[in-house]
Amino acid sequence: MTVPRIRFTFWKAVFLFIMAAGVYCTFLRFFRGLGASTNLSDQFPWGLWIGFDVMCGVMLAAGGFTLTAAVEIFNIKRFHSIVRPTILTAFLGYLLVCAALMYDLGLPWNIWHPLIMRNPHSVMFEVAYCVMFYTAVLAMEFSPIVLEHFKLKRALKVIRSLMVVFVILGVLLSTLHQSSLGTLYLIMPNKLHPFWYSPLLPVFFFLSAIAVGLAMTIFESSMSSKYFGRELELPILRDLGRVLVVVLALYGILKFEDLYHRGALRLVMVPGYEQRFFLLEMFLSIFAPLGLLLVPKIRESAQGLYLAAVLTLLGFVTNRLNVTITGVENAVGGRYTPKWTEVVITAMFVALGFAIFGLAAKYLPIFPEEKVHIPALHEPEARFAEVAVPVHAGD
Amino acid sequence: MSKGILYDATLCIGCKQCEQACATENGLPYDDRIADQQITSAHKYTAIMIKDDKFMRKLCMNCDDPACVSVCPVGAMKKTALGPVTYDKSRCMGCRYCMAACPFSVPKYEWDKAVPGVRKCIMCSKRVVQGKPTACAEICPTGATKFGDRDELLEEAKKRIHDNPGKYLPHIFGETEVGGTSVMLLSSIPFNLFGFRTDLTERALPMYTYQVLSRIPDFVPLFGTLLGGVYWITHRREDVAEAEAKEKEHNGGGR
Repeated sequence: MTVPRIRFTFWKAVFLFIMAAGVYCTFLRFFRGLGASTNLSDQFPWGLWIGFDVMCGVMLAAGGFTLTAAVEIFNIKRFHSIVRPTILTAFLGYLLVCAALMYDLGLPWNIWHPLIMRNPHSVMFEVAYCVMFYTAVLAMEFSPIVLEHFKLKRALKVIRSLMVVFVILGVLLSTLHQSSLGTLYLIMPNKLHPFWYSPLLPVFFFLSAIAVGLAMTIFESSMSSKYFGRELELPILRDLGRVLVVVLALYGILKFEDLYHRGALRLVMVPGYEQRFFLLEMFLSIFAPLGLLLVPKIRESAQGLYLAAVLTLLGFVTNRLNVTITGVENAVGGRYTPKWTEVVITAMFVALGFAIFGLAAKYLPIFPEEKVHIPALHEPEARFAEVAVPVHAGD
Repeated sequence: MSKGILYDATLCIGCKQCEQACATENGLPYDDRIADQQITSAHKYTAIMIKDDKFMRKLCMNCDDPACVSVCPVGAMKKTALGPVTYDKSRCMGCRYCMAACPFSVPKYEWDKAVPGVRKCIMCSKRVVQGKPTACAEICPTGATKFGDRDELLEEAKKRIHDNPGKYLPHIFGETEVGGTSVMLLSSIPFNLFGFRTDLTERALPMYTYQVLSRIPDFVPLFGTLLGGVYWITHRREDVAEAEAKEKEHNGGGR
């Protein structure tokens, strides 16, 4: 756990600076209103906070349901050691999304209204319920980590006996609202540019959430090994890389078929504002990571996997921003660039995410195998036996 | 009977009395500066747009099956039986999905307020309930803005187009747009000159999302069973393997 001292203080300074700016922008947002703190307008009711903090936030937290599904439901045991960090990322991600939503909502103190004022015809209503329930489920999935830390054996036993239910609920809720973030846009057939408007939007959002979940897992494992001095689980990451290839290929083919059938393929050749952003997205989200991962030498290397994962993340962040911002700019007749205050708040949530992850990794048994005898680290069977037992306790 | 408004641009003289009446009815400020604004905003629910010697009115279309009503997670937007699409701020949480979803970009937001709400024409809902016409229709000196039963207004609009060849575009804006709207417009020059989308679908927009949402109740038990089933199978295999391994051990490897 030796972290170079200079790097530590540098990032600490950056963090404190962002936090200070964030506090000031928070004041602007809540005392001066949305108009003073954002570039949002009647043309652009949704901007960076919805496009990045919410859309991308939920997407980047998809590793939680992807990995729990793989390990707990499909019983792929060799991924077991990386499930906890992904659950932490997901839980943290959703909490930050909820916090960010409080900034974006015009009347945030009414955020609980969907509980009693229901409109089941609204996609937003469904997203609200799914996010709410899934955050609760994530708290349950995360609770063993805290309970273990405080050695509450009885509560741990109860939670673990119910874990299957939480896992299935979690995958179900994630499937629903990851796709629903795409469904949100189905009601704008005349607003969203044909590059992005498709009846398949929910499918694209769901598939890309899985790809991002995998990429995020590779990304955070690499970061953990770099900054927490942890052993890199390269064989596991290689397997994830392979799955990522398949998911990206599926996504790419479906994207092509969709564009073809909607007659939007010819638009790809016509130079234009949307076309540039679309090509950038396609390059980052599909061609670059697929190109890298299809080369065995790159796919096998830690750096290659890391690079492909980062490109995938950037690619789908571009996709979400294209859907929320680029794709509607032409229809509403204007351009949107976030105000500095919007950027600061977004940066604050990203920084908080990194900081809290770091703290949790330091003080909670996120990487449980390190707490037991060290030799187990290099003996997969021993490690799995250690952690697999409780899962079966409830069978 | 559902009410409606028929605005006939060929009868409009651009006096803007409808704007003023609307401001008075809704308690909004109105002066010469605001009168000059040819766009609707949080403090101006209707605007007369001028193109050379032609006029056009912008106001909430009060759709028959409104996108804003369908997308509102808390039911703050409502389509009343009489036609008006109303807004209840006490329910609103400010997600602004109504603004993003509206095909006419009608709902506006009070961006400069710390406790903001959505603002738009609500077709004088209170007056309509009392059996009165909307403020804009009541004040209109030329009958350009006419209030009445939507069906009758539609017939009248068709008749006007039929009886006056060449005077009107053969298009009643709002008859079929996004499934039909309570407000209908007649014009002699193309609507897109005033910023109206003429490529709008004739399908009611809520159907686009409903056809996905309505499948969720069926999807949940199916997918839940699938996930539970996969869990059951993958873990069963493991139990069997474990039991077999144990048996093998017991038998000392001999079978």
